[in-house]
Amino acid sequence: MTVLLAQDPTLADFGKDPWWLVLGKIVFAFAFGLLATLLGVWFERRVVGRMAVRPGPNQVGPFGLLQTLADGLKMAFKEDILPKSADKVVYFFAPVISVVCAVTALSVIPFGPMVSIFGHRTPLQVTDVSVAVLVLLACSSLAVYGIVLGGWASGSTYPLLGGLRSSAQMISYEVAMGLSIVAVFMTAGTMSTSGIVAAQANGTQLSIGGFEFPAPGWYAILLLPSFIIFFIATVGETNRAPFDLPEAESELVAGFMTEYSSLKFALFMLSEYVAMVTMSAVTTTLFLGGWRAPAPITTIWAGANSGWWPMLWFFGKVLILVFVFVWLRGTLPRLRYDQFMRFGWKVLLPINLVWILVLAGLRSIEDWQSRDRLLATAIGAGVLLLITLLWPSRKATPKPSVQEQVNSRPHGSFPLPPMDLQVPPSPRTKRVVAEREPANIAAGSDSREV
Amino acid sequence: MTTQTVLAAAGGVSGGEQVTFWILAPLALIGAIGMVLARNAVHSALWLVLTMLCLGVFYVLQAGPFIGMVQIIVYTGAIMMLFLFVLMLVGRDASDSLIETLRGQRVAAIVLALGFAGLVGTGLYRALDGVTAAGLDQPNAEGNVQGIARLLFTKYVFAFELTSALLITAAVGAMVLAHVERRKEDRMDQVATMKARFRPGNYPGPKPGPGVFATSSSVATPARLPDGRLTDRSIPEILPVRELTAEETTLKGTDK
Repeated sequence: MTVLLAQDPTLADFGKDPWWLVLGKIVFAFAFGLLATLLGVWFERRVVGRMAVRPGPNQVGPFGLLQTLADGLKMAFKEDILPKSADKVVYFFAPVISVVCAVTALSVIPFGPMVSIFGHRTPLQVTDVSVAVLVLLACSSLAVYGIVLGGWASGSTYPLLGGLRSSAQMISYEVAMGLSIVAVFMTAGTMSTSGIVAAQANGTQLSIGGFEFPAPGWYAILLLPSFIIFFIATVGETNRAPFDLPEAESELVAGFMTEYSSLKFALFMLSEYVAMVTMSAVTTTLFLGGWRAPAPITTIWAGANSGWWPMLWFFGKVLILVFVFVWLRGTLPRLRYDQFMRFGWKVLLPINLVWILVLAGLRSIEDWQSRDRLLATAIGAGVLLLITLLWPSRKATPKPSVQEQVNSRPHGSFPLPPMDLQVPPSPRTKRVVAEREPANIAAGSDSREV
Repeated sequence: MTTQTVLAAAGGVSGGEQVTFWILAPLALIGAIGMVLARNAVHSALWLVLTMLCLGVFYVLQAGPFIGMVQIIVYTGAIMMLFLFVLMLVGRDASDSLIETLRGQRVAAIVLALGFAGLVGTGLYRALDGVTAAGLDQPNAEGNVQGIARLLFTKYVFAFELTSALLITAAVGAMVLAHVERRKEDRMDQVATMKARFRPGNYPGPKPGPGVFATSSSVATPARLPDGRLTDRSIPEILPVRELTAEETTLKGTDK
């Protein structure tokens, strides 16, 4: 096990690379973002197509793989329209800010463990700082500027509404997102992304009934509520369906990018897909064990977590999360704006706060003696039980009968017919029975009425 | 911690730190000046964002990565965003007029600002003169975040909690002031609404638009009721009814 742990980079391993290696890593991360967009658009269109029982793009290149490239080239040659009422400088910078923020976040994502590149032992990560997760948060909070400024600088109404929606949405969901990360910080004891991946390596050994078996180390299982809330907030943060209110095409044409065309529009689209991939990578790093191989693989194959193989696991996990993004888009209808805000502030946030409180309580009684720990847990459970029992029931008062409703009507209301009114059956509802004239056949003794 | 922050903590000024400083310091200054000079309120806010970003990077350089990132997330990401939110609602063409409402306020502001800067500068200089820099080795020994957390939750826990209580009070107060809740008794049901509508003295039909059945299509011309009377309810209250003088009705000679 010590051999495998030596693969884990620590903060001391960063900042020692020669310049060409740093440059190579940066170019790799950037190319990863661009390639992920190129393939991501194709992937999304194919998957959504398959979900809608149609083939999706399949003409350009094998399996339609080059469709996005063709679309991108077409977009670059389109006319770049600058609206007359636009604020020119801000209008130009808005998509640039979006892309820069989305790509920068990739720099603190660990793609793999320590590897050897031309004789240099270096971690597969551009850089890591002691506050790397905060860098990610900062990038996502600055990415709002791109959308908001794009909406404002366009100088027309729909983009402005889209921009305003986006700013409110991103600020609200960032709170839920930050609180989910707090649970990860508390459990991992560090804010560096490589440290969080290392902390998910091994779960504690549980012994139940004499059997020793390892508890799962992934925070997706240990901190399940945080994981779920984080992923929902991620969808809100990247403006993806069902939370794509800033660009709701049924209400706002195309939201903040209504006026954008040509390369600037392409930049917005690029930033959206890069953000989706980046957020999947962040979720993988924080909750799904990062580049570590999933549990059954490591028991069979000890070398799965060393060398270049971890990149495979990493990309696999990211791909699965991107698929979930696409799946959500293919399945769920868009939320209404007030429902969306209520969901963020009144559901995600309180659940998250209570969960963090419980987690902090569990963490603080961890090193107590077993008797005290049992007592503390029992008191907590008792309080919870009492709250559940004494919680005011929300059962509505029984619905008043028709007579009571009639009696409670104010004086001078519209006159009602008496309650015991017998409505005579309408003459038109009388059953019509087909009658046929008796067949009158003159001749024949066997003539009879039919 | 990266090597750069380690160096900064040790008290030395590395080459990288100097280069970053000399690139970002002018930018921060330009941002501050631009914020004051920009006519458009949104541009002004964006200049301020630039300054705040530069300050965030400075904090990171000076071995305070946590405070630097929090500066970017909280101030640039959240607070300036709310500022922008409000400014956008004002409208994008609203720029400040340059007419001085208070006579001589600009000169007074400049003089006061220079005086204040001088006072603070000399005060700081005199206070820090002869003090040897202790560096951040000791506080950052266990990591920057851990060091801040320890201080925040031990020595300054009372001040910290007091500040959060103050902020929550402000937030709740703002909500109470802005929130309008109608009592259940005040809500008119359909029957009450209809009774009020058909009360004597209230005209139950839709209000006539200005200019309807009138001699002109101007909004200032009141509409005529079916019995020929003019109705004042059809024109906005801020428009007084007036008769045009003979001078106003004569041709202005522009039709040649």
